[in-house]
Amino acid sequence: MQTVEVNHLQELLDSFATKDVYIHLETTNGSYASHFQEGFFNAGAFIRNIVIRYELGKVTGDSPHRVGLKMPSGWIYAQGITHYTLDEHNRLLMAGLGPDGKLAVALEISETPFAY
Amino acid sequence: MLQKERHVLVIYPHPDDESFGSAGTIATYVEMGVPITYACLTLGEMGRNLGNPPFANRETLPQIRKQELLDACDAMGLTDLRMMGLRDKTIEFEDPEKLVKMMADLIDELTPSLVITFHPTLAVHPDHNATGVAVLEAVQRMPSDERPVVYVKAFDNDTVKLIGKPHVVHHVAGAADKKIAALRAHASQTIWMLPDMEKRWAANDQEALEWLHTEAFYIHTFE
Repeated sequence: MQTVEVNHLQELLDSFATKDVYIHLETTNGSYASHFQEGFFNAGAFIRNIVIRYELGKVTGDSPHRVGLKMPSGWIYAQGITHYTLDEHNRLLMAGLGPDGKLAVALEISETPFAY
Repeated sequence: MLQKERHVLVIYPHPDDESFGSAGTIATYVEMGVPITYACLTLGEMGRNLGNPPFANRETLPQIRKQELLDACDAMGLTDLRMMGLRDKTIEFEDPEKLVKMMADLIDELTPSLVITFHPTLAVHPDHNATGVAVLEAVQRMPSDERPVVYVKAFDNDTVKLIGKPHVVHHVAGAADKKIAALRAHASQTIWMLPDMEKRWAANDQEALEWLHTEAFYIHTFE
């Protein structure tokens, strides 16, 4: 993955628009957050291999970026995106990595299902 | 000195769980010639350490952690590794009967005299606790005279307050080099903590050395 280059990422988001795509969306503080910091309110969410079709995808803002997908009757967005790659399976993998190298958010788009 | 066992079955959910809490124990059993099997339920697919700049992404991490697991097993001398194909951070949401059957099938096949797993409530990570629950339920259902002994790892901050001190402490200083090698093998998980630990070991930090040289377990009591 490389740091977000907005114009290139925007082109990639456009290339998946109006197609049926599989989505991976994840936010996390890690399972140990409230172990290492007592009282920490640990929240996160995870969906994988949900099929959607978006009509408009947009990356916006200075880094860390926000990425939003507008669907005919709904929305998906992720904030904190710092890195992305189009992998060898033509999947658009975006992630938000903290300065400590830990993933905090991921948004991935693929025309084929992600592994289990 | 560890007690001789007929067969030891270690069941943890993540690549590196075995190295953090039990690598010295595993390596020592291997040295003693005790047959030992490690069933690792997931490949740690949801691990957060990808680096910045990143060395992996969400989709390549499982293969990296699989190789690290194989290398860690080599470091400990463990040859019977079972990768059980579940997904990281989903164990508690699986069908409980599917999990109990998975554990029961392993126990039926291997007839271990000792099973090592996590405590069902005091192992911090939801996958850890759910693994402990499934293993204990599988053993609970066995006829009492056929049950293996079960050691559980507990490290919740309140563990000692709630259940007292560990029942079994393995002194595994003799296997420290193998434990360190196993931890190093899990570089994606340990590269952030090992340099600090190595400094503390070199400085004779007693707490750090105790962590390296002893491994503590609770013995589960069945009804």
